[in-house]
Amino acid sequence: MKEKAKIMSDDEMERVLKRLALEILEKNKGMSNSLLVGIQRRGNYLANRLKQYMREMEQEKVITGVLDITLYRDDLSLLHDQPVVHSTGIPVDITGKNVILVDDVLYTGRTVRAALDALMDLGRPSSVQLCVLIDRGHRELPIHPDFVGKKIPTSKNEIVEVRVVELDGVDEVVICERGE
Amino acid sequence: MEWKHKNLIDLDCWEKEEILHLIDQAGNMEDLLNRPIKKVPALRGKLIVNLFFEPSTRTRVSFELAEKMLSADVVNWSASGSSTAKGETLRDTAWTLESMGADAIVVRHGAVGAASYLQRKLKHAAVFNAGDGAHAHPTQALLDIYTASKHYSSLEGLRIAIVGDIVHSRVARSNMIGFRTMGCDVVVSGPKTLMPPELDYYGVRYFKDPREAVKGANIVYLLRIQRERQEQGLFPSLDEYFKLFGADEELISLAEKDALIMHPGPINRRVEIDSLVADGPQSVILEQVRSGVAVRMALLYLCLGGAR
Repeated sequence: MKEKAKIMSDDEMERVLKRLALEILEKNKGMSNSLLVGIQRRGNYLANRLKQYMREMEQEKVITGVLDITLYRDDLSLLHDQPVVHSTGIPVDITGKNVILVDDVLYTGRTVRAALDALMDLGRPSSVQLCVLIDRGHRELPIHPDFVGKKIPTSKNEIVEVRVVELDGVDEVVICERGE
Repeated sequence: MEWKHKNLIDLDCWEKEEILHLIDQAGNMEDLLNRPIKKVPALRGKLIVNLFFEPSTRTRVSFELAEKMLSADVVNWSASGSSTAKGETLRDTAWTLESMGADAIVVRHGAVGAASYLQRKLKHAAVFNAGDGAHAHPTQALLDIYTASKHYSSLEGLRIAIVGDIVHSRVARSNMIGFRTMGCDVVVSGPKTLMPPELDYYGVRYFKDPREAVKGANIVYLLRIQRERQEQGLFPSLDEYFKLFGADEELISLAEKDALIMHPGPINRRVEIDSLVADGPQSVILEQVRSGVAVRMALLYLCLGGAR
């Protein structure tokens, strides 16, 4: 896999996430009846980042949770190896709350479809909103984000990689070319 | 990690890393047991047949729960009242089930090697051994390792004392292999008449005196004593067995302070275990039952998924 271009640096990522935090606060009039749910694994770190910025801006308590969608994937019988199951942990009952799903890249929409199914098994939220750092297009399902960090036109041969300090040692977004 | 197993017949071909990966996945599966809706769609469309030639409650129910929680379709086939009673062979039964489209067969049979035989005869379906004679009960060992791992960050170097009827016990054989693979020091005790000749093969040591075996143990694993063994004259009486080998508070006090007390169930109170021990603070017997569902979910998920 060959790295082609860096499309977001750590400074830019911070600015974008701060704007997203503000937009989410604005739309939901604070976070008192809402929570951030990060999709494992990188969405989880982005959700924590949003929480930190929201706290700095509003001095308000923000609830976050993590959601693993592996067991809800629609391609389990197509993949050669079983993907690793990570933990799901949402500290409150989501029924009646606004759930803001947070993920790194929105592509086909299939992860979000799985996340919606997983959420519905946990309760009946009053609304579900979608926040993504990168929207790279090529949707295969009728799914639309509510909060977008950056829209990037891509080709299907490319891979968008979001890297976070906690896992990758650096905050950045790069486009890679899929290997032969 | 790349998962190479599509069946589980015996743990002797499993590496430590594979067991660690399975128990890690089981930990995430166990969260499901706490949810209002205990079901995920991971194995939707897979047909699993539970083929039980011997009576079993907890293993069968545990497999069935695991299968249903992963959304597989489940058929229970028991020997009594089925075509086996009409003289159908194991092979023909298995071929019949495979022709019906079974993706996996969970089998318990009184004959050693039944699961392995079935695997060789089947073209597509995966086989999971739920107990074959006195040979192996690998999912029991996996759930025991999983339960122990929840209490110890690593099992490496821990001492486990298995006390009871080793020679007739598939649970003991699978646990000796499993806990040895995890790097434990495994010791056994029980009447000499109930010891198999091949203890060296398993790399375990025998102590005639259970107090010697339990001394310093981190896990004390008690096996069920079957009453018919006494009728066969392998030991004089159940009372005497309890006096010599039964786990009472005195015996347990010789183990490490917070040693775990384990038993595969169902328990015989005042035969192999005293109620004060079975229901005491160190006992994880009920935790083992709960672990069984999570471990079997992880096993089915890992082995049945993917392109076959």
